[in-house]
Amino acid sequence: MTSMSEMTYRDALNLALKEEMRRDPSVVLWGEDVALYEGSFKVTRGLLAEFGEERVRDTPISENTIVGVAVGAAMGGLRPVAELMTVNFALLAMDQIINHMAKIRYMFGGQTYLPMVVRMPGGGGSQLAAQHSQSLESYFMHCPGLHIAYPSTPADAKGLLKSAIRDNNPVIFLEHELLYNSKGEVPDDPDFLVPFGRANVVRTGTDVTIVAYARMSILALQAAAELEKEGISCEVIDLRTLCPLDTETFIASARRTGRAVVVEECWRTAGLGGDIAHRIHEACFDSLLAPVRRVAGLDVPMPYSRKIEKICIPQAETIADAVREVVSRKS
Amino acid sequence: METRLRAALPDQELLKLYEQMVLSREFEESCAEQYTKGHITGFLHLYSGQEAVAVGATAGLHKDDYILSAYREHAQAIVRGADPRRVMAELFGKSTGICKGKGGSMHLFDPDLNFMGGYAIVGGQFPIAVGLAFAAKYRQEDRIAACFFGDGAVNQGNFHESLNWARLWELPVLFICENNFYGIGTEVHRSSALASIHKRTCGYDIPSEKVDGMDVIAVYKAIKHAAEKVRETSHPYFIEAVTYRFRGHSMADPAKYRSAAEHEIWKSRDPIPALGKELVAEGITSSDHLAEIRDKCLVVVQEAVKFAEESPWPEDSEVYNDIYV
Repeated sequence: MTSMSEMTYRDALNLALKEEMRRDPSVVLWGEDVALYEGSFKVTRGLLAEFGEERVRDTPISENTIVGVAVGAAMGGLRPVAELMTVNFALLAMDQIINHMAKIRYMFGGQTYLPMVVRMPGGGGSQLAAQHSQSLESYFMHCPGLHIAYPSTPADAKGLLKSAIRDNNPVIFLEHELLYNSKGEVPDDPDFLVPFGRANVVRTGTDVTIVAYARMSILALQAAAELEKEGISCEVIDLRTLCPLDTETFIASARRTGRAVVVEECWRTAGLGGDIAHRIHEACFDSLLAPVRRVAGLDVPMPYSRKIEKICIPQAETIADAVREVVSRKS
Repeated sequence: METRLRAALPDQELLKLYEQMVLSREFEESCAEQYTKGHITGFLHLYSGQEAVAVGATAGLHKDDYILSAYREHAQAIVRGADPRRVMAELFGKSTGICKGKGGSMHLFDPDLNFMGGYAIVGGQFPIAVGLAFAAKYRQEDRIAACFFGDGAVNQGNFHESLNWARLWELPVLFICENNFYGIGTEVHRSSALASIHKRTCGYDIPSEKVDGMDVIAVYKAIKHAAEKVRETSHPYFIEAVTYRFRGHSMADPAKYRSAAEHEIWKSRDPIPALGKELVAEGITSSDHLAEIRDKCLVVVQEAVKFAEESPWPEDSEVYNDIYV
C-alpha cells in the first residue's frame, strides 16, 4: 500500500519542487518574489532557506527575460523552473515562449533541447477583474513545441510538476489559483510521477462523457454527483495535460457513451473545447446520439463585480444543464 | 621597430584574420548570386562590409565561450569554424544543412562550436545569452557568453531587461553591438534618443567602449580586453563596434535611404583591403600571397555551392522530427 499524506494543492507543488531540487542540483528556480517573499501564492515557501540564493532567486519584474534566461540556462545544461506571477503576465513573455522556447529545438535541427518549466497560476473567480482573471491555455495549446500541464488535484499537482521538471521538453505548467487551498491525498513516494499525455478517468459512467481539465474537472465531478440523483450516469475525464493531449481516452469514452460535453474555462471563441469537440465529432460521428456540447467561459473581458463575474465562468450547474440537454436529445 | 599588426598578433594569426575576412566576404557575395539564381530563398541578410567585427571579435574570444547572434550571422558561424558547405546547404534548404534545412539563413546553430544560434526576432538573443552565462557560472565553467546584435536591437525592451539582469546577477556576458547605423532603413539618430549607443549602458552600471568596427585589429584588441575583464570580474561588458553594411538590409532592400557619397566613404574603409595593405606594408606578406588567399577562399566557396547543389532535399517525413525530444 502506497503511503499517502493529506495536503493542499499548494503544498503538493511545494513538495514537488523540494523533492526535485534535492534530487538534482541542476534544478534552479527563479521568478518575481519567489525567494525572500516565498512566492505570491506561497508555492515556493521554504525553498530559499533550504537551497540557498544560488538556486532560488528573486528576479526583476521582466517577464520576457524571466523566460528567456530560463531558455538560455536550459540550453546551457540546467533545469530551470521559472515562475511567472500569474498567467496574465505571460503575455509579456510571449516572444520568449512562442518565438524561442517552442521553436529553438526545431529551427536548430534538433541539436539542442530545453529541459525547462514555466509555472504560472491562472484562472478566474477571485474578483480580480479583466487583467488578472484570464485563462490562456488555448493560446499555448495552439503552438507546437510546448508541453502543457494543468493539474486538478494535489496528487496530480505533485506528480505532474515532477514529471514536468524531469521532462526534456519545455513545459508550460498552469496552476489554478482557486485550487491552491484544495486538499487531497498525495503519495509520499519521492519518485511518484504522473506521466504526461495520459488523461485520468476520474469517474466512470455510461450516459455521457464530460471532458474537462483543472478546476473544470472538479466542477464536472460536482455536476456528475448531482446528475446521478437524476439517474444520469456521467463519465468524467480529466485531461491532466493539454499537450500531449490524450485523444484516445476521450474518443473511446465518447464512442461508448454516445454523448459528450467539453468544459473549458477559457473564452469560447477559438477555445480548446472547439478542437476537442471536433476531434470527437470526427472520430465518433457514427456512435454519437447528440452533437457534442461545449461549456466555456463567456466571450467577455472579466468583470469585477462578483455577481456578474460568476456568470462568465462555467459553474457546476451550467455543466449539469449542458449534460441534461445532451442526454434529453432523442436519437 | 615594432609595427602595429605585429604588436597585436603573430604573423600566422594575422594572415588567418585576413583569410577569415576574405572567406566571409566571398561566401556572402556567392550567397547573393545564388539568391539571384533562386537557389537561396526566403530572407537573406548579408554581412559584406562588417567582416572586421565577426573576425576580430571571434579571435578575441576563447573556443569555449558561447557566441549568439542575430540573423546576419553567416560570417560569425563560419569564422567560429562551421563548415561552409553545411552552411551553404542550410541556405539552400538541403538535408545536409547545419540545421537539416529547418532553420535557413537566420537560424544557424552548432553546439559543438558553442555557436548558440542566430535569432531572427530583434533582440531575442539577449536573455538567452544571459541564461547561458548563468548556467556557465552556476556550473563553474570557464566561459563567457558573447552576444552580437545590431543597433536596432537596443530599443527593444529585452535589451534593457537583459542588461539590468546581467549586471544584477553578476553574469559573464559580453554584449557586442554592431552599429551599422541602420535598422533596415531607419538611421540610428531617428530611433535612439542617445545615438551614441555605448553610452546607454550607464543606466545599468556596465562598462562600455566604442571601437572602430572597420579595423579588425582594433576589434580584436577591444574584445580580447573586454572578454578578459568579463572573465576576471564575472560582470558584463559592452562593446559598440561602428561598422557599415555594403549591401541593403536584405536582398530585398536596394538601400535607397543611404546616399551614394556616404556609401563611397565607407567603401573606401573596406576592412579587407585595409588589412591587406597593412600586411604588405609591414612586410608580413606579399600582395601575390594575398591573391592566393583569395583564390583559396573562392575554391572553398565554390565547393560549398557544389555541395549544396548536389545535396538531397529533406524527406517529407522530416517535418515532424525535432519538435519534441
